[in-house]
Amino acid sequence: MKFGRMKNHRRNRLLIIVFIVCAAAGATTFTLFALNENINLFYSPEQIVKGEAPVGKTIRAGGMVLDDSVIRYEEGLGMSFVISDLKSAQVKVEFEGILPDMFREGQGVIALGQLNDEGLFVAEEVLAKHDENYMPPEVADALKAANQPNANMLDKAGYE
Amino acid sequence: MIPEFGHFSLILALGLSVALAILPALGVYRRDALLMQTGSSIATGLFVLLAFSFGCLVYSFTQDDFSVAYVANNSNSALPMHYKVSAVWGAHEGSFLLWTLIASGWTLAVAIFSRGLTFDMKARVLSVLGLLCAGFASFLLFTSNPFDRNLPFYPADGADLNPLLQDFGLIVHPPMLYMGYVGFAVPFALAIATLTTGRLDAAWARWSRPWTNAAWAFLTIGITLGSWWAYYELGWGGWWFWDAVENASFMPWLVGTALIHSLAASEKRGVFKSWTVLLAISTFSLSLLGAFLVRSGVLTSVHAFAVDPTRGVFILVFLILVIGGSLALYAWKASGIRSDAQFEWTSREAMVLINNLLLVVATASVLLGTLYPLLYEVMTDGKKISVGPPYFNRVFVPIVCLLFVAMAVSPFSRWRRTSGDILIRQHWPFLLATPIVISLVTYVVATGINFITIGVETLAVWILVLLARHWWQAGSISSASQLGMMLAHTGIAVAILGVVVTTTYSEGRDVRMNPGDSIDLAGYEFIFEGVQKVRGPNYLADQATFNVTRDGEFVANLRPEKRVYSVGQNVMTEADMDPGLLRDVYVALGENVGENAWAVRIHVKPFVRWIWLGGLLVAVGGLVTLLDKRYRRIREVAGRPLVGTAA
Repeated sequence: MKFGRMKNHRRNRLLIIVFIVCAAAGATTFTLFALNENINLFYSPEQIVKGEAPVGKTIRAGGMVLDDSVIRYEEGLGMSFVISDLKSAQVKVEFEGILPDMFREGQGVIALGQLNDEGLFVAEEVLAKHDENYMPPEVADALKAANQPNANMLDKAGYE
Repeated sequence: MIPEFGHFSLILALGLSVALAILPALGVYRRDALLMQTGSSIATGLFVLLAFSFGCLVYSFTQDDFSVAYVANNSNSALPMHYKVSAVWGAHEGSFLLWTLIASGWTLAVAIFSRGLTFDMKARVLSVLGLLCAGFASFLLFTSNPFDRNLPFYPADGADLNPLLQDFGLIVHPPMLYMGYVGFAVPFALAIATLTTGRLDAAWARWSRPWTNAAWAFLTIGITLGSWWAYYELGWGGWWFWDAVENASFMPWLVGTALIHSLAASEKRGVFKSWTVLLAISTFSLSLLGAFLVRSGVLTSVHAFAVDPTRGVFILVFLILVIGGSLALYAWKASGIRSDAQFEWTSREAMVLINNLLLVVATASVLLGTLYPLLYEVMTDGKKISVGPPYFNRVFVPIVCLLFVAMAVSPFSRWRRTSGDILIRQHWPFLLATPIVISLVTYVVATGINFITIGVETLAVWILVLLARHWWQAGSISSASQLGMMLAHTGIAVAILGVVVTTTYSEGRDVRMNPGDSIDLAGYEFIFEGVQKVRGPNYLADQATFNVTRDGEFVANLRPEKRVYSVGQNVMTEADMDPGLLRDVYVALGENVGENAWAVRIHVKPFVRWIWLGGLLVAVGGLVTLLDKRYRRIREVAGRPLVGTAA
């Protein structure tokens, strides 16, 4: 009787362990697969201009919205603007929809979308943070990298 | 003078919390009953000092004392009074003072409502809580003092509270959230204290349960309010974004949910004891991790606070000490804990096990998605990524669907073993009937059938129907605990329905509209009547008027606004909606895109309120369990030996 119980107990424990291992393996595979499919790499305007960014894949692009670059189309909610790294690299972004409240020319933004064959970035979503002094860290880094000799140019926020 | 009083009392509070960490523990070490009992009075003093300190900060805000840097940065003389008070916890320093105050509040509550504990145990628990309070208070004083002055030159007026936070939801949301986060410190402290004694008995689990339930209920309210706020203030109609900060509050909730169930099994059947201790440690660790990650600026998100490197270092050290220390203690002591109760695979214990496994896996998937950008950056030498909501939806949703299946069945399982009959024979009619009924209803009400939706709706309805049947069975609700459980499960089912129906059947459009234009959406007609200027207490707004009709009958006049707050020139979208139990009609005003043309977002969202209604039900369920007589009884029973009347 006692022995039987013990066995039962052991069998239970073994079952639990097998169950946990299988579940963990299944969940891990599934999770990593989903993760791999849904990460969005960030590319700076410079990288995009150089052709380092993949075409037709969802990525994030970030930079400063160039002054006077925002153009609204006559019909609908379509529009385009140019993001730049304050140096030479410029990428034209097309977007249809409603912009976030803090979107302004001269502000750092991040756009989520795809690059097409003509080098136009078609955005599904545009992000700007709810703080007028905020600079997305990715954009700050991209600007810093592009303006290495005079990194403090950022503070002046003025370009040629 | 007042801010100095506040600052001074904060310093005293740090001293007292150190005393609270040391003296009762010393009493345990020396077996000195007098020292052990110092805990209660120190806890009282600690709470009073922190409350005074907090009061001083509130006073500085109400008096517009802009010589205090924190007030100057987060308030303005034009701010309405209630927002001046809530601005106290509108940014990092003040919100952390609130956090510390709440921590001392829970400590005091433990000191007062702990007659069920032995002196020895109470002293240990209070010491652990004292240690945590000491950590919080020194973080405040050394890296984020809210009482720092701007002297001698201070601004004539403040920089204003972030307009996003000028809202009712944000008055209540942080305190509730913190009540939850910090409340998990109590089961944590109890787990640590128990580990140091090495005795884990049913009394430990029973004593932990009401505290865990209370903290969990507050966290539920906090998360629900956050989602509601995001919906009408931030989200353009979305209610959950898998944002790092949302995840930070969601993870302790998930593990906390596992903890609640596992504690029940530990108390009733003596199983999973060491696992439960690990869960208690994990829940609080995730609370800390989440709350601190937000503050360290490592993770960027909509809600993240400003960044200061010294804070990051302090936070890292504190996290390592608390999480690492408690896990080390666990590794050292837990091997001595044995659970010898047995159960079968049809038993309620097994259900709890499934619940725990699924919840922990769900948490791990959220944690992975939240921290993956950090890991990736480290692994690939600075490449930056973001993990999008599709990841979370794909991984999280299947896991919780499995969880819901277990949830529907589990209330009918019995401890030790359940006859297979109960599980299968009683449920198959529901399993068969509900999808058919729902398919029919869906077919009639909406166009098109989505099988996943119907599956999940079936689950939710199934949970509700079975709960209702349980409810009607005579005498089946025997205690407040059971009532609470049923309310909470009902709430979850209601929330699931809300989530599924909203996600599948919401209709929304972004359109360009000129005055006089009209748009048809989901049977409603929206007529844009125009925009006029409106002046608020501290903002100017463009207010649009929309006339909403259905089949020619008037439904509502909606007036969404685009506000420009005068101090920071911040632009804010203030959506307007016609709320209803069965649907929300929602209009938000975008920018001015042409001469008189405006970008407009229109939503018709069926059942969206059910999400928050469900959340509130869940929280109420958690609070109802606190009324259970058993918790009071143990206090009396366990209190007896202490006064010396042998049973």
